[in-house]
Amino acid sequence: MSELIKDGRRLDGRKLDELREIEAKAGVIKRADGSGYFRLGNTIAVAAVYGPRELHPKHLVDPVKAYVKYRYNMAPFSTTERVKPGPSRRSTEISKVIKEAISSVLFLEEYPKTGIEVFIEVLQADASTRCVGLNAASIALADAGIPMRDLIVSCSAGKIDGKVVLDIAGEEDFEGEVDLPIAYVPRENKIYLLQMDGIISQEDFRKAIEMATKGCEIIYEKQKEAIKRKYEAFEEGVKK
Amino acid sequence: MITEIDMEYVKSMIKEGKRIDGREFEEFRNLKIESGFVKNAEGSALVTLGETQVLVGVKIELGEPFPDTPNEGVLMVNSELGPIASPDFESGPPNEQSVELARVVDRGIRESKCMNMEKLCIEPGEKVWMVCIDIHVLNDDGNLIDASSIGAIAAILNTKMPKLNEDGTINRENREEKLEISQIPVACTLHKIEGELILDPDLKEESAVEGRLTVTTIDGQLCAMQKGGICGFTPEEVYKAIDISLKKGSELRKKLE
Repeated sequence: MSELIKDGRRLDGRKLDELREIEAKAGVIKRADGSGYFRLGNTIAVAAVYGPRELHPKHLVDPVKAYVKYRYNMAPFSTTERVKPGPSRRSTEISKVIKEAISSVLFLEEYPKTGIEVFIEVLQADASTRCVGLNAASIALADAGIPMRDLIVSCSAGKIDGKVVLDIAGEEDFEGEVDLPIAYVPRENKIYLLQMDGIISQEDFRKAIEMATKGCEIIYEKQKEAIKRKYEAFEEGVKK
Repeated sequence: MITEIDMEYVKSMIKEGKRIDGREFEEFRNLKIESGFVKNAEGSALVTLGETQVLVGVKIELGEPFPDTPNEGVLMVNSELGPIASPDFESGPPNEQSVELARVVDRGIRESKCMNMEKLCIEPGEKVWMVCIDIHVLNDDGNLIDASSIGAIAAILNTKMPKLNEDGTINRENREEKLEISQIPVACTLHKIEGELILDPDLKEESAVEGRLTVTTIDGQLCAMQKGGICGFTPEEVYKAIDISLKKGSELRKKLE
């Protein structure tokens, strides 16, 4: 096994508690009611939101609140080995946990009998695809003007070479010991998505959660900037 | 049939610090494990947790390894929430509840590294033993994740390996050698109702659950987690859930040993 940490730096030069480069944009898909783009290093995802609109199939209609339909999908060319198109067991599970996380921040009771549909496409994958997808979706929901309790933010922590680190990427994803993606709502200090695999002590787990929530705070600011930027651009256009 | 009235009743009891069947918050229902229930399976266990009943079977097959792990055997976990177990289940391809159940049990076993996957390799890149764990829910009265996880580990602890014939085919007669298991991962799911964390809800209590957190533990350490449901957990609640799971996990492990 190769060394993943040398002199306190990781293979890509990051410190242990450093996120990869972040790029966030709102309003990237014009036909959608709201959309978002999020990039974390080499992982790129776009999300589109349609609705609230009439929901199909009809048996999913809830008379007291909106139903969130969610699809997480990886583009076949997003990884080294081609991903077989269509839903897999992995994507079904990820869609389920992200759908639950998103449902928790929306005021669904405002839109009874409708569907709010969120679609995420992972265009390029280099670990943390569910986190990047969720961050894009969060921007897209705000962009669509759907009332939210707060933006929901996601990032992962993990353990490599026996050390707790933020935002696992590249080699670390294959050789690392633990992966812990979370979704977090900063204003409430609550975790809405949490998955973990790998052996970890209670002490290291706490460290990882603290690191991941701090990472989320940084991403939170970038998401807000992205949404504001869209409206600033719009305002400037009006002035001209 | 579970009604709104049942749900409100569960919540009002929890608020008073009680449960509808008189249990403590961290108390499991009566647990019975019958290992070796199915003779034709290489390993099996019937788990009865209160009224919830899950039968887990292990079949050992010959197969090809995955290209990225040519020196390792294959572990597969599948779950069947068939219409026999609940009026809410339908036949057909697995739905998301069923996929999540199987994957949570799978991660608990896989990440605990309780099986030496390299020992299951026969010819690198060509031929390996495949451990196929099938979770068959017979009656759903709540807490399927914990019941299935206990069933899965009990079934693999009960597994006896088939032999290889000289012509490379499988010989399932006179199985003697046990499948080597070095750890006993146990999943405990904490369910949040009215801000309290409870273990092992039955179906009525489950209807009032706002969120859940499954923590799979091995001796003193965590190996897998999964949050489900709509409501959030503060970091402190997560840490508390871990404490409870570690404690309960070691109690359950004694029943499995």
